[in-house]
This record gives sequence, C-alpha cells and structure tokens, in this order.
Amino acid sequence: MNKQKTMKLSLPEEELMNSGHLACQGCGATLAMRYALKALGKRTVLCIPACCWSVIDGPFPYSSLDVPIFHCAFETAAVSASGVKAGLEMVGDTETTVVAWAGDGGTFDIGIQALSGVAERNDNILYICYDNEAYMNTGTQRSSATPWGAWTTTTPVKHFKERPKKDMEAIMAAHRIPYIATASVGYPEDLFKKVKKAKDIQGTRFLHIYAPCPTGWKSRPEDTIKLARMVVQNSTFPLYEIEWGEKYKLNIKPREKKPIIDYLGIQGRFRHLTKEDIAHMQEEVDKKWERLLKQCEVN
Amino acid sequence: MRKVIMGNHALSYGAMISRSQVIAAYPITPQTQVVELLSEMCADKTLDAKFIKVESEHSAMAACLGASLAGARTFTATSAQGLALMHELLHWASGGRLPVVMGNINRSMAPGWSIWSDQNDSLSQRDTGWMQFYCCSNQEVLDTVIQAFKVSEKLLIPSMVILDAFTLSHTYEVVDLPEQEKVDEYLPPFKPLIRITPDEPHAFGGLTSPEHYFELRYKVQKAMEEGLALIEETGREFEKMFGRYLGIVEDHRCEDAELILITSGTMGSTAKIAVDELREEGIKAGNLRIKVFRPFPFDIIRNILKGAQKVAVVDRNISYGHHGMFYQEVKSAMYGHSNGLPLFGFIAGLGGRDITPTTFKEIANYALEKEKPEEEITWIGVNR
Amino acid sequence: MSKMNKKKQAKKIVFKTEKEVPLMPMSIGSMLYNKTGAWRNVRPIIDNEKCIQCGICWKFCPDAAIYIENEYPVIDYDYCKGCGLCAEECPSKCIAMVEEEK
Repeated sequence: MNKQKTMKLSLPEEELMNSGHLACQGCGATLAMRYALKALGKRTVLCIPACCWSVIDGPFPYSSLDVPIFHCAFETAAVSASGVKAGLEMVGDTETTVVAWAGDGGTFDIGIQALSGVAERNDNILYICYDNEAYMNTGTQRSSATPWGAWTTTTPVKHFKERPKKDMEAIMAAHRIPYIATASVGYPEDLFKKVKKAKDIQGTRFLHIYAPCPTGWKSRPEDTIKLARMVVQNSTFPLYEIEWGEKYKLNIKPREKKPIIDYLGIQGRFRHLTKEDIAHMQEEVDKKWERLLKQCEVN
Repeated sequence: MRKVIMGNHALSYGAMISRSQVIAAYPITPQTQVVELLSEMCADKTLDAKFIKVESEHSAMAACLGASLAGARTFTATSAQGLALMHELLHWASGGRLPVVMGNINRSMAPGWSIWSDQNDSLSQRDTGWMQFYCCSNQEVLDTVIQAFKVSEKLLIPSMVILDAFTLSHTYEVVDLPEQEKVDEYLPPFKPLIRITPDEPHAFGGLTSPEHYFELRYKVQKAMEEGLALIEETGREFEKMFGRYLGIVEDHRCEDAELILITSGTMGSTAKIAVDELREEGIKAGNLRIKVFRPFPFDIIRNILKGAQKVAVVDRNISYGHHGMFYQEVKSAMYGHSNGLPLFGFIAGLGGRDITPTTFKEIANYALEKEKPEEEITWIGVNR
Repeated sequence: MSKMNKKKQAKKIVFKTEKEVPLMPMSIGSMLYNKTGAWRNVRPIIDNEKCIQCGICWKFCPDAAIYIENEYPVIDYDYCKGCGLCAEECPSKCIAMVEEEK
C-alpha cells in the first residue's frame, strides 16, 4: 500500500478552540466554531449571546477559546459587536475582527432587531449564526428557524411546526449588505474559505452555518457530518453567497439532487411525519431550489 | 466661557468636554436635543467620537456596554420608556463593572403617554447598581457629567445624571463651560486595567455558579460603599479647579430649621424660594435637597435632620403599594436615629403637575398643624 | 503555546476569599483542566496499518481531541467523548469504536 510520507491537512492545524468544553457528543455547533476560528485567527473578539455556546465555552472562571469573549445579553449579539468594534477603534485597535456568534434563536427571533439595525447601518462586524434549528440550550423549544414538520418540545408531535423556516438570507439580502453566505459543517473547507473571505470585507457580513444537534434532532452523534452533507446534497440547505443583496452565486450544485426522505429518516424529530407530510416538504424544497437557481442564473 | 444653553445641551457639553469616545443613543422626547447636539459635535469633529445611531434604547445600552468593555469612554442618554427598555442591561453595566455615564430625563411612565416630569422612571432602576445624581440646574448637570465619569471610572460603577423633563431639560440658563485643558487635568483618559482585547483573552460574563456569584456581587456593593467618600473628594477637587463645589446634598437653611423639607431635582430649587418665604413669615424652615441618591447618603441625612422637629419628604414618584421612594429611604435611614422625629410623606407633581412655592407652603402648613402624620401618604394637588 | 503546555498549565481554580475573585466575572483559566474523556462509553481505536493519513478524522472531531503526531492521527483519550464521528467518517474504515472497560 502506498503511504504518504507527510499528512496534508485541508485546514490549518492550529486550534484556537481547546478540548475540555461542555458540548454534547457529536455537536455541530462546536465544529462550526472550530472551523471559523481557524479562519478568523487570534485577532478576534467574539460576542456570544445566550445560546449553546454560552455554556459550551465553560463556566467562570474558565474558557475553552483562545480568543476573548463578551457573553452578551440575548437580543444584543449584533449591536454588542458594533459597540465593541467602535470601542476598539477608538482605543487604537483597528485590526481586530469583531464577530457576533449567535444561535438561530438569537438571530432569527429575539436578536433580529439588533441584527437588522446593524445591517441597515452596515456596521463593520461579522455576524455568524450557527443554526441547530431550535432553542437547544434551553431544551429544544421551537424557533423561527425550526423547519416545517419538526418536533420540538413546544411543537409536540400532535401539533408539529406548521410554519416554514424563516428565510434569513432573503431578509439579510433586503438590507443590501456587502456579503451573505450559507455554510455547513459538512463542508469545512467551504466554510473556512467563506469565513476568511468575509473577514476581509468591510461592512456587515452575515454567515449562516448549518450545525446539526444530535441531542435536539434525536439523531446519532456520529451522523452529524452525514446530515450536514445530506442537507446540501438534497438542496434543503443550499450553499450560496449573495453580494450587496443582489448578486447570487451558487457554490455547490449537486450532480444528482437527492430526495429528502433519507435525510428525514435518520432524525427522530421527523419520525412522526406521514407520506403526505414528506411529499409536502419535498415540494417546498424543490420550489425553493428552483427559485434559487433562477436567482443565481440572473447573474 | 459662558453660554446660554438648555439643560439637555448641558448633558451634551458635559459628554463632549469629558471626551466621550463612543456614544450610542436613540431619540425620545424630551431627550432628543441631547443626542442631536452630540450628533452635530461628532459630525463637525468638535468631539472625536463614534456615534452609533441605534434602533432602540436596548441596543443603545448594549452598544455602550461593548464599547466600554473595549476600554472606550461611553455616554448615552434616554428617558422613561427608553430607560425601562434598557433595564436588563443596566444590571449588566454594574455587574460587569462598566463605567458608562448616562443622562436620564425624568419623564412619566406610560400609560397614558406623558412626556412630563416625574421620577418613577429613574427610581424604578434604583436597585440596578447605578449611581444616581438628581440635578436642579444646567450648570450642575454639566459639572456632574464630568464628575460622574471620574467617579465611575475609579469605582467601575456606572452613573446616571438625572434631569426633570422640561423644567430642567428644556430650560435655558447661563452656564460656565470649563476650559478643555483644565477638564483634561481633572479627568484624565480612561485607561482600564482590564478590557476586552486579543492581547489578553478573557471570557467576560460567562456562566457563574452559586459558588462564585455571591462574591462578585459583594464586590459591587463594596465599590458602591466607597462612592460617597469619592464623590465628596472629587467634588472638592472640582471646587478647587473650577470654583464650584459638587456636593452630595444641598443644605439650605437647615442648621436651625424646625421644619425641614426633603426634596430632589428642580423642585429642590423651588423649595428654596418657599423656605425663604416661610422664613419671612417667621417659620424656621429649611430645605434638604438630595442630589446623590445612590449611593444613599445615610450619615449626611441623619446629621442634618438631627436638630429638626418635623421633616416633610416630598416625592415626585410613588412605589405603588408602598410609598414615595425618597420617603421610604429617608425613613429607613432614620430608623434608630430619629428620636421620634415625625416624618411626613407627600406625593406631588406626578405626570408633570406643577410644583410651586405654594405647593410647599401647603405642605409646610399641613406638617406644622399636625403633631405627627395621621396617614401614611399625603397627596398634594390631586383632585379628589 | 503548544497544546502540551496549555494542558499542563490548565488547573482547577479555587478562590479562598473574595479578594482572589476577579473584579468582574471574567475567565482566568482554561477548560483544558476538564478531562471530558470521562464522558465516554465507547472509545475509538485507530489501526495505523489501514490508515491512509487523509486527515478526515482529525478534521471532524468536535472536541479537537485528535492530533497529528509522526504523520498519523492520535486520539487524546483525556478529552475524547466517544461520539464516533471519526469512525463514521473514516474512508478506510480503520477506526473501531470499542466498549470502555469499567
């Protein structure tokens, strides 16, 4: 067997996220952080509102990251980051990247006002939302990022979520900010590239990272990456970029768009769905995908 | 340099001359002039600061916290609904030991919509760990902003400089604008030992168990307890440099007074006129205007009330289900120290209803007539 | 600072009195003191003979508990939580998840 003499890693070897953190086994949110920090580097300040990462990082007086963190109030991730950036610049530090690092709840729901304000002003911060599609930190309650059909503790099986996932990319595009991108922990090199690219752009940048949660999705911890790949391959969560709210660019076009049934099948939160429900979901995924293709074609 | 400016602009000039570095504010009547002038000052570079035009007061305070944590001198201003909207973050400022200075225009809380003066908005925040300074003249406002930065940055406790709606915020008075160099000498740049920077990474405000929270909060109280001495020290220093003493209370003819009125804000200066008129009529009245409400000046008040025969506390606020809040706090300070001194509690001026010298005459007569209070609360001026 | 040094320096922190507690709630130590390996029920075992040195296991570890030594991936059992992602994603199926012996 031919063995390589040296290992070639597809991402920088240095870790800015240390072991010993409190994430569940197989946590997608930690992979998102691990990859993002490799792209961001040491000169970074994170503003983390209430979310899983408020706990994952570890309690006072410890931290698991080698970058400073402002554990800010729930609604305030975006604007806390704005404040930190303004403060740092006034004290002479114009180099440090200030990142708002929030979950889906703190982005789509309670944090949306601050985010909209920041985006409208085009404040110079990088906003990263890691999306595990519910309020996981508090025990899996539904958020507006929870997909149609999902079980959560506040959308029990007999009354599962019957509103579609909020389209954050469309909302952010309406603000005409310089850069928006979706990413998935199943495609770490693409995620890394996008964070690196966003880091060097001035103005408000918005990254939406798909981060599976075995605990809340009732999936096997070892399936986290598989899920994060399938969701792109079946076009439920396409990977694309938007510049200035107008120019759309698709990053990955699956050769063969897979049906969603296999993806739904390995998550307990979708176990209750009937054939009709799944058909409805497939139809919605297909419609959205066609719409996205058109938006990308225009450019 | 002497200028004729409105109370709101005294806040703006105070923030400017203190070299504020980051301002994040949202408009609300009757505060708007504060931020409008600061906007202009930032635009024409009279003030070298970043002004974040946030989309709500909650975001205003959030931005201030971030900037302060980064080591910048931060300022904001608000009123009533806006202050209430910031509530959770006021706790963050004090617990996070961030020396933000904020101007608050005392305005009545809705419903119904009222833009006129009472003190419920700021007093509802008395437990949040902010120092509170109730001002009664434009000069006092300007001077107090400068002093507040100095005290806050030493203690790492935030401050609120408070003005009555319209009677102070919109009244024009002559102020002496101090020289920039002298202010720079009095108030050097903000250089915190700890700030958020990749040069020394820390996680601020993380999950804190019962094992540690208690000690952290003990330290906040300890800092507050050093506040009065520091306010006095910096007040005397201000007097040396600028000729005006910034006190903790204002004592007007209390020394030999038999009836002492306790007031705050602009009614504190109206009360002085009433006291002088009462004195003309042969009544030995005095006025104790409480300027620093947090930290509460227990000893100063006990001392001043020592010789009095009757005390009438006038509150332009009420804690529903209890009493006026200055009354509550004075009464609790006097417990065990009063020798049976009768303490009368009056509520007046809610929703901006005018408080005039006549109001105080009515209060004085009521208190003088009775040996001791016959009811918990006496309402002055309510149509019943 | 290398991971070895970071690990060595990480210790459990105990404050004897309030004077030792920082002024505001801020971190002064590393979570590396917290050996999450204790969470495991199963542990991954890499067969270097079959390993093709692709780096995928290293890449997909949520706990950064796989490091590279002498051009091969090595599991840091102090922190590995036994999630099984490395074994699942390994293209040459050279990682076995084995029951922990109690």
